[in-house]
Amino acid sequence: MAERLAMLGAPVDEIVELGAELGDVVIARVDDVRQHPNADRLRVCTVDTGTGATLQVVCGAPNVQAGGFYPFAPVGATLPGDVQIRKAKLRGEASEGMLCSARELGLGRDHAGLLALTGEWEPGARFVDALELDDARLVVDVTPNRPDLLSHVGVAREVAPGGVAEITAAPFDGASVCPQPARAEWQGEVAGIRVAIDDLDGCPRYMAAVIRGARVGPSPEWVATRLRVIGLRPINNVVDATNYVLHELGQPLHAFDLARLQGGEVHIRRAGDGETLRTLDGVERTLVAQDLVIADAERPIALAGVMGGADSEVSETTTELLIECARFDPRSVRRAARRLALSTDASYRFERGVDPEGLPRALNSVVDLIVALAGGTPEAALDVGADARDQTTVVLNPERVNRTLGVSLDPGEIAGYLRPLGFETARQDSVLRVQVPSFRSDVETEIDLVEEIARRRGYDTFVGSLPAFRPSAVPTEPMVALQARLHALLGRWGFLEARTAGFAPAAPERVPLRNPLSAEESSLRDALLPGLLRRLEHNLAHAVRDVRLYEIGTVFLPDSQGQAPREDVHLAAVFTGARDPAHWTSPGEAWTVWDLKGLLEDLASELGGQGVPEGERLQVGGKDGAVLGGGGPLPARGGAVWGLEVTIAPQNAQVDAAAYHPLPIFPAVDRDLALLIPDGVTAAEVDSAIRTAAGPMLEALFPFDLFQGAGIPQGNRSVAWRLRFRTAERTLTDAEVDAAINRTLKTLEDRFGIRRR
Amino acid sequence: MKADLIAQLQGLEEEGTVAVQEAPPESLEGLRVELLGRKGRLTGILRHVVQLAPEDRPVVGAEANRVKQALSELLDARAAEAGPAEALGPLEDLTLPGRRRWRGGLHPVTQTVNEICDIFRDLGFSRVSGPEAETLDYNFTKLNIPLDHPAADMHDTFFLNEGVVLRTHTSPVQARTMERCAPPVRVVVPGMCYRRDAWDASHAPAFEQIEGLAVDEGISFVDFRATIDEFVRRFFGPATRTRFRPSYFPFTEPSAEVDVSCQICGGSGCSACKGTGWMEIMGAGMVHPKVFANVGYDPERYTGFAFGMGPARITMLRHRIPDIRLLYENDMRFLEQFA
Ligand SMILES: [Zn+2]
Repeated sequence: MAERLAMLGAPVDEIVELGAELGDVVIARVDDVRQHPNADRLRVCTVDTGTGATLQVVCGAPNVQAGGFYPFAPVGATLPGDVQIRKAKLRGEASEGMLCSARELGLGRDHAGLLALTGEWEPGARFVDALELDDARLVVDVTPNRPDLLSHVGVAREVAPGGVAEITAAPFDGASVCPQPARAEWQGEVAGIRVAIDDLDGCPRYMAAVIRGARVGPSPEWVATRLRVIGLRPINNVVDATNYVLHELGQPLHAFDLARLQGGEVHIRRAGDGETLRTLDGVERTLVAQDLVIADAERPIALAGVMGGADSEVSETTTELLIECARFDPRSVRRAARRLALSTDASYRFERGVDPEGLPRALNSVVDLIVALAGGTPEAALDVGADARDQTTVVLNPERVNRTLGVSLDPGEIAGYLRPLGFETARQDSVLRVQVPSFRSDVETEIDLVEEIARRRGYDTFVGSLPAFRPSAVPTEPMVALQARLHALLGRWGFLEARTAGFAPAAPERVPLRNPLSAEESSLRDALLPGLLRRLEHNLAHAVRDVRLYEIGTVFLPDSQGQAPREDVHLAAVFTGARDPAHWTSPGEAWTVWDLKGLLEDLASELGGQGVPEGERLQVGGKDGAVLGGGGPLPARGGAVWGLEVTIAPQNAQVDAAAYHPLPIFPAVDRDLALLIPDGVTAAEVDSAIRTAAGPMLEALFPFDLFQGAGIPQGNRSVAWRLRFRTAERTLTDAEVDAAINRTLKTLEDRFGIRRR
Repeated sequence: MKADLIAQLQGLEEEGTVAVQEAPPESLEGLRVELLGRKGRLTGILRHVVQLAPEDRPVVGAEANRVKQALSELLDARAAEAGPAEALGPLEDLTLPGRRRWRGGLHPVTQTVNEICDIFRDLGFSRVSGPEAETLDYNFTKLNIPLDHPAADMHDTFFLNEGVVLRTHTSPVQARTMERCAPPVRVVVPGMCYRRDAWDASHAPAFEQIEGLAVDEGISFVDFRATIDEFVRRFFGPATRTRFRPSYFPFTEPSAEVDVSCQICGGSGCSACKGTGWMEIMGAGMVHPKVFANVGYDPERYTGFAFGMGPARITMLRHRIPDIRLLYENDMRFLEQFA
């Protein structure tokens, strides 16, 4: 069954074997209850479990009564959740077993007291057999478009092999006693009570019935058990009857204590601003003008479609009932339920839409059931509001079915798939006119029927080979290739990619979230580094000393022009610890600022710019001269931590194809110059001066040694540069190179006072 | 003069040959400089070539080249002989570990994203992106998700202001792409999505999604199934089976959830698949005609399919990662396992 439901679109979330773990539980009769001598909240019971001898059991439930029947777990029994029952002494009194609540048996959430059985039972009978619990509960996941599946009959319609025609009514053999409802347009009378729909948009139809002389009490066990096994708590026979029919047919129902209604009037109207209602859960709620309420002559008595009021609640003393069976506007119900954060079985169904033509049957069923369980006389019934809904008819073109699904079904086959689901079909020329059943309000257009056909035929029947296709008119974005190159670059550097969530704590320059989950994640990040730094610290905290992380991700910047923030893609990296894995051949070196600069230079060449040292920080300039980002030492616990962050702008994504430079034919001449450079003169200045002075023969220039200290005059450093000379036309002579070197030395001396060492 | 120079060259060859053959390996480089270097003996002899008659120069030049070539080859051969032992120095214990570099690499989720996109690229899908902060219009309305309908509850949404949210799925890029380009459209859209789910073992408020969209004339449900089946076989392996279950997404109809046979038990049922033998990997379906109408495509002319999947979840399935938070903790020891 679970498999079939899954393949029809209503997967089963959970299968609960109801009796599976209750094999050890028997029915017990409590013969005597007395107060525990040493504990106020405990009682000592004498229990008959059908073994001939009675047992003493200590029990904490307030509802235990002498003469009552309860489920009992004897010593040695195992309960759901692998709970073992052992002989125990509670505050000095021996306890030989346990009387159980519904929750302890896995039969619902009710933990307030013991599961009290109504009626007479055989002590010692197996609980599972006595209550016919040898069954399973299927928890079905229903998609929001299918409110018709929110009931037992609805699911039965879906899985009945022969379709809806095969569904028979639930096995309830009570006589049909509900009076024929009187029709009224917007207001009418039922047994002397005036019922008026003041807001037909909010409530298109309101049916009511009055029952007098009912005796409210516990439901018989067959009703209580059925409610318990679907996770509900039995309350009393009237409320239980409304819940029973709700889950049977999917139509929410409500019973009011007629005696508590003021002025003999019922109105379905919008609330007045500030009106209050104490709902069944005991909470005093302040209403707003949009809220749809049921009211008597004076005050609201229920929040329509969401929850009834406590003041008109059916209680043990109730004898006169007003039964409500209505249809409310889904939006009104949804608004109220969301505003009050109150989702009930009723609101859940009204929000999704109930079957507009299911009301009379539901009212009929619930009145019959109440009379069967609680007695009383149904006095009258009323049906207010025009049910405006016309039968929906959808024109279905078989050509569309076949084109969308890629099959060739004839109209007869199509009708064959639709009919079991309750759709009536009629041929009209080349199309089908399909009448949609009232409980399928989700079906409005042709494509909805196409899905029904596919679903009924089975999605797995649509098999074919990979189709021929035309290539996409949309090209892959250039950013994809750029990011791939950047990933490869960082990978070559030995960095691992991190992924962090795009949130950050609040700060003035950050875009805040309206409804954040936490203060730590209350805004959108405007940079990647802070998040990465936290990840680095996480690693340090776990004694991982060598960290090399980078991330490519979106950052969000406030944009005064647009509604939405500006989004940029950034790359950030953090690193600390050893530059290479530990090895026995060398002591190992730490990352230095030169690694940071080298990485920035590599990034700059991928991004089409160049690394530029500027003051203390290292920045990356873009193509157009803009600063794309930079790096430097980061504040972190212990050790040197380096970090960088750059913007990856789409305009930089187009990297020009490299042009070929002819390989040299003639040999190069290398000359090394060890220069004494006074402090204050930068390498960049020297570099630039050498290039200018040496002229176009200079092919390459780089420093290869730097020395400061012994033997070097105070206020100087010694930097050795290698100059490589070459031309494309011929082999250079020593004289030419000597001349260039002399020019260079003179320039350096004249401009900076630099001398050869 | 010419004969003299040739004799000098041949003398150098003879003498050099003996010297090279007898030299210990460590002095080979020095010998090469002495014989053939810029200031070496061969160059010394050739300095006199300028004094020759022009017609004699090529003859001497050719002989010089021959001698240079011969000595050079001999030097190379001796160096190669000596080479390996020389590089190792005194023979070490080769069971000691070699010297390696740090191993960098992509986050496991990025690897999954790339693999999925590469497979779809082979199937004709290009790769595009869209904004992460989206308007309500693109995130919901254009996709046929009414804001006041319970369908919108499936997305617990972060709001930036009245009209802008963090996108709850990558599906808005469907609408953006169709508005930008006429069919045929075949795209995959990887990107971050956001939902108001607190962090736990299986939820993250920010997560990756990959959207796919194919629109053209004549694309059918059969084509949709065949394309997804092909992807599944290429990604999960040829023995993997798929199952399409009816489902509901407002922007596709018919809609489906796609299951693949469990990657752990192969379909016989285990704890990872809750005994069903199946694992859900994507939501998908035929693009709803209302979505076409919303973006200005003619629903009578075009059909297509769309799908969305979570690469983080697929990564977890693949590598048997039990807790989604491990993916975003970025512990080096975790990331290194997949680099
Ligand atoms: Zn499995």
